[in-house]
Amino acid sequence: MSAGEAGPLPDLLIVGGGIVGAAIAWEAVRAGLRVTVVESGPIGGGASAAGMGHLVVMDDSDAQFALTRYSLDCWMELRPLLPEDAEYDPCGTLWIAADEEEMGEVRRKQAYLVARGAAQAVEVLDPAQLREAEPALREGLAGALRVIDDAVVYTPCVVRWLLDEVVRLGGELRTGKVVELHPGGARLADGAWLSAGATVNAAGVWAPRLTPGIPVVPRKGHLAITDRYPGWVGHQLVELGYLKSAHGSTSDSVAFNVQPRRTGQLLIGSSRQFGVETPEVEGEMLGRMLRRAVEYMPGIGDLSVLRVWAGFRPATPDNLPLIGRWPAGEGEDGRAVWLATGHEGLGITTSLGTARLLVDQLLGRPCPIPVEPYWPTRSWHNGEGHG
Amino acid sequence: MGERLSRLHLRIDGEEVWAEAGWTVAALLERLGRSAARRSVLGERRAPLCGMGICFECRVTIDGERHRRGCQVLCREGMEVATDA
Repeated sequence: MSAGEAGPLPDLLIVGGGIVGAAIAWEAVRAGLRVTVVESGPIGGGASAAGMGHLVVMDDSDAQFALTRYSLDCWMELRPLLPEDAEYDPCGTLWIAADEEEMGEVRRKQAYLVARGAAQAVEVLDPAQLREAEPALREGLAGALRVIDDAVVYTPCVVRWLLDEVVRLGGELRTGKVVELHPGGARLADGAWLSAGATVNAAGVWAPRLTPGIPVVPRKGHLAITDRYPGWVGHQLVELGYLKSAHGSTSDSVAFNVQPRRTGQLLIGSSRQFGVETPEVEGEMLGRMLRRAVEYMPGIGDLSVLRVWAGFRPATPDNLPLIGRWPAGEGEDGRAVWLATGHEGLGITTSLGTARLLVDQLLGRPCPIPVEPYWPTRSWHNGEGHG
Repeated sequence: MGERLSRLHLRIDGEEVWAEAGWTVAALLERLGRSAARRSVLGERRAPLCGMGICFECRVTIDGERHRRGCQVLCREGMEVATDA
């Protein structure tokens, strides 16, 4: 601790002011903890800003389902508190089947969700119902699964609101670059030392710099956003081919994924690349991604795109986040470095559930869902995953 | 009378107007005293600025196609132009 440090120590020091760090801070401050969030760049400026803001229940694994489903419940609870500019839109997701094989996946997914109590929240659409629901889709598609609770938010404004609430409730937000993270505090680039009762690494794709050896790698993605075309698309639209061919864990891939914004703008995705660390938009990947969109929505090629960009998702080998104590970061006094990263493309959805699980563990409270699947100490295998 | 023959007949927001061949839609809006072409996402009225296709402030719906730049489109006989300003 540096001499002259004023005020009480924070109980919890969180590195990273993206949606995961912000959600943890909000959960912790409401639990009565003293919280400091340290962010080196703009609030929510990493994957939180680069992604779509799709709140989606996923079922690649039971653990992924448990966390996304629980998190959706948290989002629905949070919704009345969110400001208008968070643009919470309960538009639902349509998982689109191009052929009969993919309709098999629609039925499997439906059965999976119904078996877990979601019978009221899913609906199978036949080709005619799909065309009626989304007339801009091409003809000849086999059908879709509609997941009603899924929603869309404008993540940067959610992050800002969460951190405003943290500060209003007595927490602290400070700008600084953390260069060392320990169970009892953090060292900033300017040499300052911040003491804390516990620390959390919620630095997204940058997390391995502070907790070396964790299995988090950047997975690049591209997005495009159009001008305003209100009514053009009504649901978040995702191709089911996303599951079977497009998103293996090793090769570059694209998938049809279109999101309507409250303004009438459309976000067009998606792409996934490993092993690329340059942030530039790549013409070839962008072209593949947009051509995929045109295959599903022929008219989308006539819309005016305003901006394209790329960002990085923090990916793990089994497509589940790391939530829990960092095994290499346990202090002798029982203090610990905690991890909350590796959410890949599901970090917006699972931020709220992650926050609850992390703070519950920190305080020794019972967790609402089993937390072991997300522990950083779990055994690793190479999952074929998505998200 | 030759001048009359070169007149094109268009509709802007349902109102019948005329233009001469060679005028852009943005020029027509200006000539009609319409100071704005569109509204921003926050509802502000926006008007053409650059007149050369760069600023995108002159976007209007032309024959049902949204977000056309009025300064880059020549008036045509029978054209339907819609502003939201």
